[in-house]
Amino acid sequence: MSAEPGSLEAALRARRSGGGKALVPYLTGGLGHWQAALAAAADAGADAVEVGIPFSDPVMDGPVIQEANDRALAAGTTPLGVLDALGRLDVGIPVAVMTYYNIAFRFGLERFASVLAEQGVAAAILPDLPLEEAGPWASAADAAGVETVLLAAPTASDERLGRICARTRGFVYGVGLLGVTGVRDELAASAVVMAGRLKQITDVPVLVGVGVGTPAQAEEVCRVADGAVVGSAVVRRMLDDEGPAAVGRLIGQFRRAVD
Amino acid sequence: MVTMAEPAGGQFGEFGGRFVPETLVPACEELEAAFRSAWADEGFRGELNRLLADYAGRPSPLTECHRLSEELGLRLLLKREDLNHTGSHKINNVLGQALLAARMGKTRLVAETGAGQHGVATATAAALLGMDCVVYMGEVDIERQALNVFRMKLLGAEVRPALSGSRTLKDAINEAMRDWVATVESSHYCLGSVMGPHPYPWMVRELHRVIGDEAREQCRRLLGADPDVVTACVGGGSNAIGIFSGFVDGTAALVGVEPAGGAAIGRGVPGVVHGAKSYLMQDEHGQVLEAESISAGLDYPGIGPEHSHLAAIGRARYETVADDEVVAAFELLSRAEGIIPALEPAHALAWVSRARQELAGQTVLLNLSGRGDKDVDQMMDRLGGVDSRAGSDDGSPG
Repeated sequence: MSAEPGSLEAALRARRSGGGKALVPYLTGGLGHWQAALAAAADAGADAVEVGIPFSDPVMDGPVIQEANDRALAAGTTPLGVLDALGRLDVGIPVAVMTYYNIAFRFGLERFASVLAEQGVAAAILPDLPLEEAGPWASAADAAGVETVLLAAPTASDERLGRICARTRGFVYGVGLLGVTGVRDELAASAVVMAGRLKQITDVPVLVGVGVGTPAQAEEVCRVADGAVVGSAVVRRMLDDEGPAAVGRLIGQFRRAVD
Repeated sequence: MVTMAEPAGGQFGEFGGRFVPETLVPACEELEAAFRSAWADEGFRGELNRLLADYAGRPSPLTECHRLSEELGLRLLLKREDLNHTGSHKINNVLGQALLAARMGKTRLVAETGAGQHGVATATAAALLGMDCVVYMGEVDIERQALNVFRMKLLGAEVRPALSGSRTLKDAINEAMRDWVATVESSHYCLGSVMGPHPYPWMVRELHRVIGDEAREQCRRLLGADPDVVTACVGGGSNAIGIFSGFVDGTAALVGVEPAGGAAIGRGVPGVVHGAKSYLMQDEHGQVLEAESISAGLDYPGIGPEHSHLAAIGRARYETVADDEVVAAFELLSRAEGIIPALEPAHALAWVSRARQELAGQTVLLNLSGRGDKDVDQMMDRLGGVDSRAGSDDGSPG
């Protein structure tokens, strides 16, 4: 599998210009039958997929993804193991890895970026690497042709959102609420507000995640956003060992809801 | 000459920074600006100094250990942070942060704790200022520090267990950061050490600077000079930075003492966790290792970034001691001086005791960062009840 530089942003823009909404599921690399789940998600209509490289201290994640990280690490998952597996897969949609900065830092930033590119990974999301600290990584990623997706949070001023949108690649990841990843009963009002503020500022695709846990919530946020990122709801099914088909069915429900 | 100025951009040489989720960046910027303004405000400083004196009991004394000095062949001075209200140096930082939080309009304090000393101090400050308080504590630490858990509850705080990972201090920090991400508008994260994202390493150092400032004056009155060596235990490193700050621009040797099972500088390499770049115990893949020591307060795989910087430039050195040496030092100070230390500063004494040949004839200032009441149960289990030495089992009639 290989990725053309910019393939994530190109895929999301193509979905938008076709009048559709983008659906990007997250799943934890190394957890159970994650490779089959990834293929099932692609078959069910995901536009791109985020694969988590598990980390020991995922401060931006709630209980579900924490447990997924712990289980994957206990099963011996390593960053290179996940990346090698991604290199052997071809699911036909862009793949972004999501992990924490220390994984890339320990690898060596240039080396991490080049391994991502070699394994066909289009983009990287590092949720503990804010704009001010992103320079060294972003340079390495740019040089390797890897897109760096930055997060934008409700606490930021419009001025700050503008700087984030100018530096992000692939899409801008709007954080839907004040809090960590996880499914909530209702979509926070802040999710739609976040999408609206970002849409005013940028032409880059605006996807909202964190607290988008049901098809109805995805549909609601996508009335404003260009798409949604869905993590804990997917990972919950993986933790419950419901099999790749259950992940595919769930993604199918999200697909129908946002279409 | 090495000085401790405000770190430009939160950088201590190549260490430090602000590696936090985007949600928290504006909060860190707001906190940085609020602290800079408060620290330059005589009204704020006066209010804090009044609390430190009238409530916490500062200045803390300097105690010369005559019997132990003779036994070790050196001159040992203790900076008595164990005599502060709540039993450790932690109160210095917490009173400052709680006043700052109130000044910023925050109504709730969130904290992490390892041994429970920082949690108790935070709960105390929250009670004093009428604020809500939630303290995260690893499930393992809740079991081994039951007394402090009860103290926090008495003080009106809610203690929430950290159930993930190693279920110790590092995981309690993760939980506190997750709480702060969700409650940042109303809550202040009252971080307990010189670690975390900028401005914490700088702010917490400034709030503990009083330890070093007092100790320097006390040493100059007693000795007419600085001591030869200044030593303190290091987990995150707040008590050590506090006392080092009084001597860093002089010639005294600065020695931080880490537990062998939590030696970020002794066994780590640079990494990024909990908001800062610093030395970190981690595996070849970048996964953070679980620290394991007898002392819950030092059970941390990282270290504050300024310590990494002081080590990198050679201004301070960092030694490690094993649990057995710590227990021996705990007993030694109890018997020789009538002071039961917390297990954390017993690490520093363990190093002094081991290095006594190297230190022969020198004056050593040790920061006695906390008292041992909280550790008595744990030591009773380990030591199985201390033999009385005077000997009621020696066959002589009672």
